[in-house]
Amino acid sequence: MPVCPLRALDVHKSFSAGARSLCALDGVSLELRPGVVTGLIGPDGAGKTTFMRLAAGLLVPDAGRIQVLGLDASADSLAVQSRIGYMPQRFGLYEDLSVRENLDLYADLQGVSVAERPARHERLMEMTGLGPFGTRLAGQLSGGMKQKLGLACTLVNPPHLLLLDEPTVGVDPVSRRELWAIVDRLVAEEGMSLLLSTAYLDEAQRCADVVLIHQGRVIDQGPPARFSAPLRGRTFHVTGAPDGRRRLQARLAARPGVLDAVLQGDAVRVVMAEGIQPAADASEESVRWEPVEPRFADGFVALLSQGRDRIALPEIAAVSRASGDAIVTEGLTRRFGDFVAVDRLSVAVHAGEVFGLLGANGAGKTTTFRMLCGLLPPSEGRARVAGVDLRHAPAEARARIGYMSQRFSLYTNLSATQNLDFFARAYGLRGARARDRVAWALDAFGLAQLAGAESGSLPLGYKQRLAMAAALMHEPDILFLDEPTSGVDPLARREFWSRINALAEGGVTVLVTTHFMEEAEYCDRLAVMAAGEVLALGTPAEIKARAATPEVPRPDLEQAFITLIEAHA
Amino acid sequence: MRTRPRTLRLRGLLRKESLQILRDPSSLAIAFVLPVFLLLLFGYGVSLDSKHVPIGLVIEQPSAEAASFVGAFRQSVYFVPRLYPSLQDGRAALRNHDVNGIVVLDGDFAQRLKGDRDAPIQVVVSGTDANSARLLEGYVQGVWSSWLQREAQARRIPLPVAVEPVIRIWFNPELASRNYLVPGLLVVNMTLVGALLTALVFAREWERGTLEALMVTPVTIEEILIGKLLPYFVLGMGGMVLSVIMALFLFEVPMRGSFWVLAVCSTLFLLAALGMGLLISIVTRNQFVAGMIAILATFLPAFLLSGFLFDIGSMPPLVQAITHIVAARYFVAILQSLFLAGDIWTLILPNAAALALMAAFFLGLSRRLLRKRLE
Repeated sequence: MPVCPLRALDVHKSFSAGARSLCALDGVSLELRPGVVTGLIGPDGAGKTTFMRLAAGLLVPDAGRIQVLGLDASADSLAVQSRIGYMPQRFGLYEDLSVRENLDLYADLQGVSVAERPARHERLMEMTGLGPFGTRLAGQLSGGMKQKLGLACTLVNPPHLLLLDEPTVGVDPVSRRELWAIVDRLVAEEGMSLLLSTAYLDEAQRCADVVLIHQGRVIDQGPPARFSAPLRGRTFHVTGAPDGRRRLQARLAARPGVLDAVLQGDAVRVVMAEGIQPAADASEESVRWEPVEPRFADGFVALLSQGRDRIALPEIAAVSRASGDAIVTEGLTRRFGDFVAVDRLSVAVHAGEVFGLLGANGAGKTTTFRMLCGLLPPSEGRARVAGVDLRHAPAEARARIGYMSQRFSLYTNLSATQNLDFFARAYGLRGARARDRVAWALDAFGLAQLAGAESGSLPLGYKQRLAMAAALMHEPDILFLDEPTSGVDPLARREFWSRINALAEGGVTVLVTTHFMEEAEYCDRLAVMAAGEVLALGTPAEIKARAATPEVPRPDLEQAFITLIEAHA
Repeated sequence: MRTRPRTLRLRGLLRKESLQILRDPSSLAIAFVLPVFLLLLFGYGVSLDSKHVPIGLVIEQPSAEAASFVGAFRQSVYFVPRLYPSLQDGRAALRNHDVNGIVVLDGDFAQRLKGDRDAPIQVVVSGTDANSARLLEGYVQGVWSSWLQREAQARRIPLPVAVEPVIRIWFNPELASRNYLVPGLLVVNMTLVGALLTALVFAREWERGTLEALMVTPVTIEEILIGKLLPYFVLGMGGMVLSVIMALFLFEVPMRGSFWVLAVCSTLFLLAALGMGLLISIVTRNQFVAGMIAILATFLPAFLLSGFLFDIGSMPPLVQAITHIVAARYFVAILQSLFLAGDIWTLILPNAAALALMAAFFLGLSRRLLRKRLE
């Protein structure tokens, strides 16, 4: 009977930030099976990184115990550290050292003898495909290659247990697939035990076991099928609404007995509560309900939505007030020195459309946004935003757009009301109009109860609502959202998207960047970007259809993305 | 042959650090280019001696005596005299900052001088810079009294003042400020590498997450510290040697003490500076904050509170007390005595002991505070 790779018993850990105490782990108990991949799955802030650091002996629990390979992780941390491999979220590669030098450093630190090295090196190079890049500086590798090098560094001395903290976040789908291939080989060929944390729910299906963690507590653990199996017969694709998928989704989400309703291509994916028949009150004849296989994400949302209040969703305005093209770019290019961040981007975004830019970190999404918001002059090409040429009147264009950046960009030590007041004034609103808009924002975004609280202390989901409200103070025609939902849990993300949908139906053009495939499905049209270039442009269904091959006749968006990148290269 | 894991780890860390230093132009710039720049600036550009000061001479009534008086100013290296026919012109020149002071000879200057009466002159000095004002005042008096003396001899009139001070200046006979500025600069240079650069590079390891990855290896805290300190020690000593060579051969600063004492004391000071740099980065874990604190707590005191530019004895008592916690102060005292006076043991030993104490304190505290934990 092999030693249990990792066992946690009622682990508590809180951090104090100033006067407040933040509880990261609240009684976590779990056990890993040897020789398999266990996924630690939960949204940002669930406590995944804290748990990883505790297991690596970098933190000491307030209460409870963590045993790693039979040793106490905090008392025997040095012994634990010589037997495990740990890859932090941002693996600290020395960017001014070459691939080879980074590996040599870790071989030295892990005490790999000089005799063993060549064979190990060769195997790692073959596994990661980094062989041809041995002399390249780590800082000049792509995001995906950096992750693979980080992984290789933790593997120079084959560990008994490998801890990977969100290895696939922000990595392009091709590299993500390659990372998973390495992980699968480590398990199959070296019998390694792995604990891998991720915020991508679709990765659960690749794990042998899943530990679902939320707000510092383990919700459930077991094989992934355990989460989706109870939903068999309760998940459907709904199509064929005469007034469009978005209104259909809003109606379905509001219907009692529906746990979840999200857009997926042309259909609405619906999860029904237990024992409720879907077609019972389907009043519209044209609408078709087609049963589909439940996914892990459905199970997660169903679990989370138990005992949580239904979110009050905004009304969709009846009239659309826009027509024509909101944004037109022709050959938009931005160079930084020799580096081409955005290469000849030509798109037309229609008014009232939700348009997505999908791509990995470094694909050029944020640079595109900055150019379209008039924050960064293009090196070449033209862009018209809200009918205004950016080269001639960037200020005029800016008055008609709202921008919500990737990070929380409000003043954390001001209250929600003070922030909204400030942004109202910054957009030139005064008097009764400013008061009206602040009142509207507090009401429409459900912020009234927390209006006086310091915005830095708000939960992430509320911060996001506040940031979006601030971007909408001046009723812009176009809203730019730069990775708006990174870090929030799936329920908050659904709520956020229902607001985006309501805005789009009301005629606001929404541009959104994301690296969540699931979110890309919510968009009307997508531009798939890689290394500054647009690989494909069209509706999610069109993009999937374009990537269909005889082997994969109905690819999902991720497979389509990979096919596109490979065809391009 | 199997290398012991400890040796292997230390070798790996040292090699990594050296490669990083060699590839990072800013490290090398701080260690070698900045010292050379500061030495050139202070050696050639900055001088605390007042020479060729523009001064206005107001001669209301030209006379032989007045001309001889102007001649005295012309001969002095300290002054560049300009002549003005009236007090109004002189004042205007002072106001426009054309001259730093004016000396007024009244219209009856020659008569009063011949008539054996008092022949007072009026001296107006611009007080915008109190230091130069006081120097100027002294220089004018000097020129005035030596001129009077010569006049008296020429006319065989006994001078009212009989006592004549004879001043000899030891250690720095020409009173060249370069001779004490250049050794003092060595302190500033070593503070840059020891404290500022080390604080920055170690804080960078926190920021980039490289330290987190390092910590989950069998490496020990001592190995991490030695792996960081040794390369920067070598870098700091390299900058020191370069600065000493420039001081001796380019600026011809005398070296009256022994080199081995210089080497030992530099080692002690560099260790104290490295300890401070490490401590700052361990506490802040942030490059920007670490840089600011390093500048405020080590670099500026090395300039202002070490006795390098400003004499500690003439500071207010409270500030004098504060200088005791500035490591640079002890090293400046040692360097000035080594370069200008010689191996003065009564001076070197207590100061070296203070440096050793500070090095032990900062390095010890860094070792205590740095744990293989992220809390």
